[in-house]
Amino acid sequence: MSEHLDLENWTCPVPLRDYPSIVLGHGGGGRLSGDLIRHLFVPAFTGGADGTPLAQLGDGALVEAGGARLAMSTDTFVVRPRFFPGGNIGDLAVNGTVNDLAMCGATPLYLTVGFVLEEGLPLAELGLIVDTMAAAARMAGVQIVTGDTKVVDAGHGDGLYVTTAGVGLVPDGVRVGPDQVRPGDVVLVSGPIGLHGIAVMSVREGLEFGADIVSDTAPLGGLVAALLGAGIRVHALRDPTRGGLAATLHEIAGSSQVGVEIAESALPVPPEVRAACGFLGLDPMYVANEGKLVAFVAPEDAARALDILRANPLGAGAVAIGTAVADHPEVVVARTPIGGTRVVDLPLAEQLPRIC
Amino acid sequence: MKYLDEFADPVVARRLLNDIAATVTRPWALMEVCGGQTHTIIRNGIDQLLPDGVEMIHGPGCPVCVTPLETIDRALAIAARPEVIFCSFGDMLRVPGSSDDLFRVKSRGGDVRVVYSPLDAVRIAQANPGKQVVFFGIGFETTAPANAMTVLLADRLGLANFSLLVSHVLVPPAITAIMDSPTRRVQGFLAAGHVCTVMGMSEYQPLVERYQVPIVVTGFEPLDVLEGIRRVLVQLEQGRAELDNAYPRAVSREGNPEARKVVADVFTVTDRNWRGIGAIPNSGWRLADRWAGYDAEQRFDVTGIVTAESEHCRSGEVLQGLIKPVQCEAFGVECTPRNPLGAPMVSSEGACAAYYQFRRLQAAAS
Repeated sequence: MSEHLDLENWTCPVPLRDYPSIVLGHGGGGRLSGDLIRHLFVPAFTGGADGTPLAQLGDGALVEAGGARLAMSTDTFVVRPRFFPGGNIGDLAVNGTVNDLAMCGATPLYLTVGFVLEEGLPLAELGLIVDTMAAAARMAGVQIVTGDTKVVDAGHGDGLYVTTAGVGLVPDGVRVGPDQVRPGDVVLVSGPIGLHGIAVMSVREGLEFGADIVSDTAPLGGLVAALLGAGIRVHALRDPTRGGLAATLHEIAGSSQVGVEIAESALPVPPEVRAACGFLGLDPMYVANEGKLVAFVAPEDAARALDILRANPLGAGAVAIGTAVADHPEVVVARTPIGGTRVVDLPLAEQLPRIC
Repeated sequence: MKYLDEFADPVVARRLLNDIAATVTRPWALMEVCGGQTHTIIRNGIDQLLPDGVEMIHGPGCPVCVTPLETIDRALAIAARPEVIFCSFGDMLRVPGSSDDLFRVKSRGGDVRVVYSPLDAVRIAQANPGKQVVFFGIGFETTAPANAMTVLLADRLGLANFSLLVSHVLVPPAITAIMDSPTRRVQGFLAAGHVCTVMGMSEYQPLVERYQVPIVVTGFEPLDVLEGIRRVLVQLEQGRAELDNAYPRAVSREGNPEARKVVADVFTVTDRNWRGIGAIPNSGWRLADRWAGYDAEQRFDVTGIVTAESEHCRSGEVLQGLIKPVQCEAFGVECTPRNPLGAPMVSSEGACAAYYQFRRLQAAAS
């Protein structure tokens, strides 16, 4: 093999070189999204300073105020169609921010909501979405405390966009973050993967397969509280939304400078997700979830953590899928069912259905 | 799950691998022609599990990879037109043309849509009579019947606003080109199962006889691929060269006559450029003359767009198994999965992209 390879250049392409303007992939949760964050937003907003809350690059940021440790997060929802099997844009928006706060180890408390409404949106539909949001907030134990409404001309929005932001309280002694993982940590996932992404795809225009797949959108604060309350040494938490499990494992491997090894045969992929992915040429590891968490826990606590997760209906399908390792930092490797290995790469953007 | 789990069974896989190991007495170079099989090999790590000396050369059977730069540039020109709705299979959107891809065209306001079936494009044409709807009809023989059906359906519906940008390629001429190459290394082929589902197997018998090379029609699940490899190796070790079918659940000797009839009606054989490889005579299909009115290249007058491949890219040699991707000077430097110069770096199962990932692991572990 050639000796002239410049390995240093492999993982750090020239920032934002490829696209001079925004393409859809910048919102896909892959490398393009990461580029925007690392090369544009973070340097601009931190002034290049290390150790700022933004530079933590977690699902939310940990900040201190008045002696309290707070978690803050925000998320914007543009899902199409607005209603899908198992939920709608409303509960997705509440659960999304609730879960981002929970993944900081925080108890989610208060949310704000911003609506961008397009002229012509039926009020009955908005009413339905708002009712769903209220129910989701009740279920998650959070209050929606303030908000904002804007209306745009017909044709200038997709009916409805929702932004939520939230604040949660981090209990004393809790230290959870994407950079806290150590070699040896066991990787747990709280249940079957790929349901949300496939459920939304199944009702999207142009794709009609009759599978009965329902989004897993759900608030995860209870699961996190149960783990932390039992004294499980949880080092990192993440809900594998856009980019799926693969992107989540990548981000944690990068932040903690560890490698991750997973056993593909241990992945909880429901048969209908596997079938849909096989049909479309997608990999379930890259498909979005909205009610699952990935936890990196100390190896001694892994069995107990699984018991705790499984005792909760939202974690009934929890399994261990792999470990963090000292070898190959930043690289996620899957052991395939037949005994081979493959690198689980972070995609450039969203997966595209393959032609063959 | 039926047709998935039973063809990925690890116990059977191990048995097949043991059989393969017991069969092999010396090095052999095999080529899987189809990109779908390359995907299975890379995704399951099959290449790492084969005995030392058994080399899988990843063939030119990824339609996304081999669609010529020129055709991509023509697609981009058409998609950028304000009156056009440009429909494509998903993974064509990121394939770079000379200076652009379909995603960028979309970001500048082009109406580019991913469809899951070519017939969806006809429905879009029906629903948008004020627009010109173009479908990017690429692929091997596998996708040809459905692509051909778009023209028949549009004709039946009397849709004047539908057209097809055709860049079909064919497997047998590619095998011929590889075997005629003076530097050829391939000693046995896994033929593409789904191509044969449509076309049947008869085209391959002359190739087996002419080149004395084993060809085994092979499926796409891990056990299918292992069984195909095993059968080729058994033939090679016994000094035989025969046409064999290791994918009988999907392939019959005569293929699908109805599908072949549709294809024969709509398309006609033509010379075709293969990205990274060059021109191969009679290696593709274009619209037959009587359907020329549905030809997007003529309708939008883009036949004047002619572009050349990067001089730095040696993907042709990679696709023929003459060099490893890392032996290309551009590999990992000018050419990365983010910024591919050539076909095999484009899709995740392309040979160069697969090597890139593997070397990343080695680099990180060292």
